[in-house]
Amino acid sequence: MNAFLYELRRAPLSAKFGCTVVLFYIAVAIFAPVLAPFGESEVVGYEYQAWSTENWLGTDSLGRDMATRMIYGARNTIGIALVTTIIAFAAGSAAGFFAAVMQGWVDQALSRAVDVVISIPTLIFALLLLTIFGASVTSLVGVIALIYATFVYRIARAVAMGIVVMDYVEAAQVRGEGLWWIMRKEILPNAAPPLVAEFGLRFCFVFLTISGLSFLGLGIQPPAADWGSMVRENASLITFGDLTPLIPAAAIGLLTVAVNFIVDWMLHKASGLKT
Amino acid sequence: MQHLFRLFVQRLALGLLTLFAVSLVIFLSIELLPGDVAQQVLGQSATPENLAAFRRELGLDQPAYTRYLSWFGGFLQGDLGHSLISGLPIKELIAERMYNTFFLAGFAALIAVPLAVVLGVVAALYRDTTLDKTINVVALTAISVPEFFVGYILVWLFAVELGLFPSIANLSEDASLGDRIYRTFLPAMTLTLIVTAHMMRMTRASLINLLALPYLEMARLKGASQRRLIVIHALPNAIAPIVTVIAINLAYLIVGVVIVEVVFVYPGMGQLLVDSVAKRDFTVVQTACLLFAATYILFNLASDLISIASNPRLLHRK
Repeated sequence: MNAFLYELRRAPLSAKFGCTVVLFYIAVAIFAPVLAPFGESEVVGYEYQAWSTENWLGTDSLGRDMATRMIYGARNTIGIALVTTIIAFAAGSAAGFFAAVMQGWVDQALSRAVDVVISIPTLIFALLLLTIFGASVTSLVGVIALIYATFVYRIARAVAMGIVVMDYVEAAQVRGEGLWWIMRKEILPNAAPPLVAEFGLRFCFVFLTISGLSFLGLGIQPPAADWGSMVRENASLITFGDLTPLIPAAAIGLLTVAVNFIVDWMLHKASGLKT
Repeated sequence: MQHLFRLFVQRLALGLLTLFAVSLVIFLSIELLPGDVAQQVLGQSATPENLAAFRRELGLDQPAYTRYLSWFGGFLQGDLGHSLISGLPIKELIAERMYNTFFLAGFAALIAVPLAVVLGVVAALYRDTTLDKTINVVALTAISVPEFFVGYILVWLFAVELGLFPSIANLSEDASLGDRIYRTFLPAMTLTLIVTAHMMRMTRASLINLLALPYLEMARLKGASQRRLIVIHALPNAIAPIVTVIAINLAYLIVGVVIVEVVFVYPGMGQLLVDSVAKRDFTVVQTACLLFAATYILFNLASDLISIASNPRLLHRK
């Protein structure tokens, strides 16, 4: 922990900024019920009220408090994106390591299947699968995790390919260790650093894809507060010169920029370059 | 030359194979549908006779492979089938929209590609100066924010505050070219901003990567100016990566239109796809997805072929 704080103090300004923003978002997401002045979908007044001391950011198209929905939105939007990314990474790296260890036809079959899925544009494939499974949070998480697992698979397989040829993996195989043990104890620790940086980047893509789908009305469903759908629901205000509906979109952008800064810093450190 | 030809044919065959595999995936995912399409569309109250008639009409009583062959075969011959919900031929539904979408994407590409290359070269020329850093920060921001944010900001600025352009891009069928450009201007600008950022960053990166090579060192030592160094010596060698990035971004443009079209209520393919997904109109979704995927694969294939052709080492192989 101390070593990490030491690193952080020497980090460039952009990385410090990124860490601060991410910590702030996490705090808001965790303490949402404490911070929010009203209930998540509580109607507190008329629709489209202006900013006031009572409703900090005014009210939305149904008369719900915008600030409250922003705070709960942090929880829903980030939470769902995070769960999706974690599932995508678990499934993608397991399959990637498996392909690298097994080689032969298993590797061929998995890799060619992934090639096909990757050649379909992400958003289009997501729309296709959501038509089939219907728009709900479970199918959203499942569909996006499946699509992004294919990207993770490619990286995990490439990284693991370099590891399986190492002597210690062979030693473990000779020792009679099972497949699961080799994947978990020999490959995973050595493949972790590049995968962690990738996690940050993929999280951004997942986050933007889910927000996009929610904006299209096919992602996180009402009455749950979510940043993408909030923009869609209140967009008509923009034509009256009121930018309040764009605050959720800006919040999405800020988090993406922050995560990108942190990933850049991590990659820079990992590459061993001096500033 | 023969070697190059063989590479070309290989890539082309691979592209066709991919298209075939993708069509199979799109077809099979509809098969995954829990329950039965007829029941889904007609609802619980449908009588068995109705269901049977509906199935017969759509050919659902046939085995899957027959349906696949007639669907994909029809697609290749230009027969796209009928909408599940409205019963209209899909070809009629999309003809106008296809044109609109390509118009929008083409318009955006026409501005974005030259702009990105010029900005990339400028950023590489004046690297590590304030100008370069400013361009970079703007580009990173444009990449990180959602498409709809960029779109609405432009609406607010140009349509609401300045009143220069309409906030909704509704096209009438017989609009003149000038009117079309006027109405598609804001959506095209939105797309331009998003893809330019990507292309410009890659252009800059591939130019700067080259600067460390010995032949550029040589040019620098013999006294070539910074401008000559980048434009005459580095740029020709960076064409392959730049063209690849452009093709990938054009492919992205075709997909990125989905959200931008919804923001501006633009009557294109993206809007149709989103509406059909909401209505669960499977046949339209299937066909639209295949069209989007085919365009995407085509652009990626083109980028492959161009990067092969622009590499002189492959042209004059011993």
